[in-house]
Amino acid sequence: MFDFLQGYDVLGAFWMTVKLTVLSALGSLVLGTLLAAMRVSPIPLMRGFGTAYVNIVRNIPLTIIILFSSLGLADIFGVSMGASDFAVQGFRLAVLSLVVYHAAFVCEALRSGINTVPVGQAEAARAIGLGFGQTLRLIVLPQAFRAVVVPLANVLIALTKNTTVAAAIGVAEAATLMKTMMENEAQTVLIAAVFAFGFVVLTLPTGLFLGWLGKRLAVKR
Amino acid sequence: MTSVLYDAPGPRARRRNVLLSVLFSVLLAALLWWVWQALDDKGQLKWALWQPFTTADAWNTYLLPGLWGTLKAAALSMVIALPLGAVLGIARLSDHRWVRVPVGAVVEFFRSIPVLLLMLFANELYAQSSNIASEYRPLYAVVTGLVLYNASVLAEVVRAGVLALPKGQTEAAYAIGLRKGQTMTSILLPQSVTVMLPAIVSQLVVIVKDTALGGVMISYAELLSARSTLAANYANVIQSFVVVAVIFIILNFTLTSFASWLEGRLRRGKKTTGAVLSPNDATIAGTAATGAGGGVA
Repeated sequence: MFDFLQGYDVLGAFWMTVKLTVLSALGSLVLGTLLAAMRVSPIPLMRGFGTAYVNIVRNIPLTIIILFSSLGLADIFGVSMGASDFAVQGFRLAVLSLVVYHAAFVCEALRSGINTVPVGQAEAARAIGLGFGQTLRLIVLPQAFRAVVVPLANVLIALTKNTTVAAAIGVAEAATLMKTMMENEAQTVLIAAVFAFGFVVLTLPTGLFLGWLGKRLAVKR
Repeated sequence: MTSVLYDAPGPRARRRNVLLSVLFSVLLAALLWWVWQALDDKGQLKWALWQPFTTADAWNTYLLPGLWGTLKAAALSMVIALPLGAVLGIARLSDHRWVRVPVGAVVEFFRSIPVLLLMLFANELYAQSSNIASEYRPLYAVVTGLVLYNASVLAEVVRAGVLALPKGQTEAAYAIGLRKGQTMTSILLPQSVTVMLPAIVSQLVVIVKDTALGGVMISYAELLSARSTLAANYANVIQSFVVVAVIFIILNFTLTSFASWLEGRLRRGKKTTGAVLSPNDATIAGTAATGAGGGVA
């Protein structure tokens, strides 16, 4: 029944999806944290920059960003991301695009986490004589981190699914392989079922675990 | 200004803020200068490359038909996905296990697979086993994919919105003798609409953005595929990307502005509990409560 899988590297394709997800997740966490720090900073110019970045990026389709990275950055500006062969270059450009896109959402998740901490908490901390560093370390951040787990988990799950957009520039991940297989093999429904199952396996446990963790860690108010 | 992170600045903090502002503006200016130089080096700032966008030809032949394709697919998907999502969301809240469990399974399934997979599958399935004319097939496939995915996400939004209402609302409705159906349609849903609106809107923005996938992957004629024929004709890749991105931003900004206007109107109507659906209330994909803007997927 599953003979059609012969000759296709389905696991390899999903491994590529996992690699794209993990690297982009790490990258967007770094860039997103930086942007969130700007968005909550006391300096108006930084706040403005962070706001502009988020509002521009989240209203542009990821497809445009990924296509631009290949047709614009690589082909016209010669940004090869230090790669000598085409496949590696496509992979790195895809990671770059995914980072740029999802950083905006990581930023929003972090900011909403910080916003759930009532101002009174910090005021009380200052009132009992804690300094800036102590307030942040002992009072604000522990509460903010707990509120941030679920929104960040949502971004991670969305990122896993969005790696399929890398198919637009031919990165050899799950959606690319699915397209090829559907063109060559007759078992359309079975092929779709295999790939759907793969993504369910990737996203559902992550969502359930992080959702459970978020609920456990949530600050009861 | 004061926030949870810092107090109103004193003289030392103010001096430091000014210093940081200056440093940041220098950094930003350097970055902009670098981008400008890179564009200039490759001759991308030549007016000849931007000029086509001031002619009626580029708009009438490429961009407007493309925009029409985007709007058509997005509007069709919204019109089908919104009621379907509401029905699925309410079904998931049903007291009957035989309704709640299968609907829950369907919603969780379609929510956890990428919309691109659904589009590719629908496209192939329609090609093999339906008599939809091949010129309409991409539209059908794009709308099918978007509807299946986004109706499931919207179902979760509706469920979370109804659950976010105070329990007393349901109890009071039962106490005055309303049936379950009446409670849902005349007490719970009208109140939760304002609660859900931000999350619904970010999902609508996701629909608009995801139409672009159909253009690139299953050659549906929308803005992004119009861009590639336009760029092939005028040889202005960078410029066409910029223009199309700006069109998308304007489109989504209009959508979110309209929604926040509507939300303000509904809230003034005083038929609300004042609750807002934050992303923490449920595992919803939208970025509710963080202001107007698109969702992530």
